[in-house]
Amino acid sequence: MKTVILGGTTGMGRAIARRLAERGDQVFLMGLDEADLERSAADLSARHPSNAKVAWAVCDLEKPEGFAPALDAADAALGNFDAVIVTAAMFATQDALEADIELTRRLVTVNYAHTVVFCEHVRKRLLARGGGRLTVFSSVAGERGRKPVAIYGSSKGGLSVYLEALDHKFHAQGLSVLSVKPGFVKTGMTAGLKPPPFAGEPEAVAQSVIRAMDRRQPVLYAPGIWALVMFVIRMLPRFVMRKINF
Amino acid sequence: MSAASSELTVRAPEGAATPRLYGWGRLPMPGREQLSEDLERLTRGAVLSRGLGRSYGDSSLPASPDDRVAATRMANRILAFDPETGVIRAEAGLSLVELNRLFQSRGWFSPVTPGTKYVTLGGMVASDVHGKNHHIEGCFGAHVRSLTMRLADDSVVTCSPTELPDLFDATLGGMGLTGHILAVEFTLQRIPTAWILQESERVANIDEFVTALNTAAPKWPMTVGWIDCLTRGRSMGRGILMAGRWATKDEAPATPPGLGGQIALPFTFPNFAINPLTVGAFNGLYYWKHLAKRATRVVGPEPFFYPLDAILEWNGVYGSRGFTQYQCVVPRAAGAPAVREFMALLTKLGGASPLCVIKDCGPQGRGLLSFPMEGTSVAVDMAVSADTQRIVDRLNEFVISTGGRIYLTKDRFTRPEHFRAMEPRLPAFLAAREKWDPQRRLRSAQSVRLFGDRA
Repeated sequence: MKTVILGGTTGMGRAIARRLAERGDQVFLMGLDEADLERSAADLSARHPSNAKVAWAVCDLEKPEGFAPALDAADAALGNFDAVIVTAAMFATQDALEADIELTRRLVTVNYAHTVVFCEHVRKRLLARGGGRLTVFSSVAGERGRKPVAIYGSSKGGLSVYLEALDHKFHAQGLSVLSVKPGFVKTGMTAGLKPPPFAGEPEAVAQSVIRAMDRRQPVLYAPGIWALVMFVIRMLPRFVMRKINF
Repeated sequence: MSAASSELTVRAPEGAATPRLYGWGRLPMPGREQLSEDLERLTRGAVLSRGLGRSYGDSSLPASPDDRVAATRMANRILAFDPETGVIRAEAGLSLVELNRLFQSRGWFSPVTPGTKYVTLGGMVASDVHGKNHHIEGCFGAHVRSLTMRLADDSVVTCSPTELPDLFDATLGGMGLTGHILAVEFTLQRIPTAWILQESERVANIDEFVTALNTAAPKWPMTVGWIDCLTRGRSMGRGILMAGRWATKDEAPATPPGLGGQIALPFTFPNFAINPLTVGAFNGLYYWKHLAKRATRVVGPEPFFYPLDAILEWNGVYGSRGFTQYQCVVPRAAGAPAVREFMALLTKLGGASPLCVIKDCGPQGRGLLSFPMEGTSVAVDMAVSADTQRIVDRLNEFVISTGGRIYLTKDRFTRPEHFRAMEPRLPAFLAAREKWDPQRRLRSAQSVRLFGDRA
């Protein structure tokens, strides 16, 4: 695969980029900060003797005007990419979001509206070249309206619905959409939070994401146990959801 | 690789009510660590950096529960690698596991490796680690080209043998007290294959051991000995000498060696599990398993360098009481009788231990507090008991009388007056600290104990 990774400098994006680079795949990085991108590009280049210098472009999900130029740069560097992975998103706790309406506006815009816009740019390019793979990190928080993740979860819920529809609509034309729904994974994003049972490691998630992409699977819960947990949560009646704090 | 990640965490034993940090010896201090991929941001205002927590004692533990401790292990990117020269530059949290996994099959290996691969580059510098090749290659610091550091005043500088050399020398083996190591540049060693030709030899007693190490040193780039420290009398200090070198293409199997799986210790052993009977049985079996006087075989780096890493969290065998390791070096000038006397004292004070290791060290390096000096180093694990302080004191008094010293990375019990007595280099280190951190902002539980820093 010739893969673009938006968010590939940190957390699960970093782990996926490394795994791809280590098997000799061509990778292109997108992220917020030039110095950070340069460091990650060097890291990926060093991981496999056949890797050419990994290229990168700044791409900020808060600035949709930058999406097309960044994707142009990726196409130029890779000679037309055939896979795109989006791990970038914003995260904030429910308390922080309730206290700051501007933060709420930014988070739902980035996680839903601008992520959809980015995916639309990608969809057009991939369909024009006969298909490809689009993998986007949504979240188990988007499965059900829940108290501790009311706002963040709703932004991911909207994204999950979009990704499902994209898969239904364009699968026959060769576009494979994978919606990844991670549970708690021990990354920089969750550092400082107390890990719940079945907390995952980024390297294990990366391995299952790449396997799911290779198999053109539409949905992936990671770690896998979350498929079962969320099935139970989806089945709970409303009066129970009102009572519990999960 | 999925398996590899879970080892790269520092797990606290279950059931701790207040947050605590643990060294490898499992004796905790109250405190917590902060994790981030962004080491530059993380270390701002922090007073101690900590890697994978494999130092046995209190060197990676905070002086006070509210101290900001920066955990470096998520900052693990390679920043540059030159396949022509082997020069590599990486963030301080990169582990030796990851380095080996990526470069061993490409014909490169760390120039110096300690007895565990679960260490970070930053930790390897702060402890100025040594390995089986110390008599040839010196410490890890001898292969470091430069360090990027955040200092106590929050500025970021680069130091090397030519740039701010006093800071560089104080940082090698400086236990993290001169600044936070952000990035390390060093030179990897070219290896002909990823296999090792190992020769092992049964050795009858301690005198024979010192001689055998001396004889092996010019012939073998890597040597180490395991000692059965429960045997007394004429067989005191019997054991097995292991010598090795990287195998040539003709000697090595065609397939690459394994990267080492692990089995996790299923539970913390009860405190009585390690006792003179069980250890005596283990040591006897281990010694006589080596039936032939001498044996040669080709082995992978895992069993050769990291035999204990095969069992994840093996420190649990000592039970909840915790344990310590006593490691000292007796200078060559004191002679072989001094080593024999030390072994006699050790077996008399009698910490029953399945792990006792002997190694001849080469000349002292440039690190101001680096452990090794020309002589014989002995390391022994001891379960902690009410007697531990007394045993360590007695051993330290003997080591001081020989002109030797101890390894801070293993230490939790040495008294400050004993440390001063064994460290003629201490004033130079304290002067460097005075220059780079006059307020002594950077500190650890160990620096409180040994240097009288405020808690």
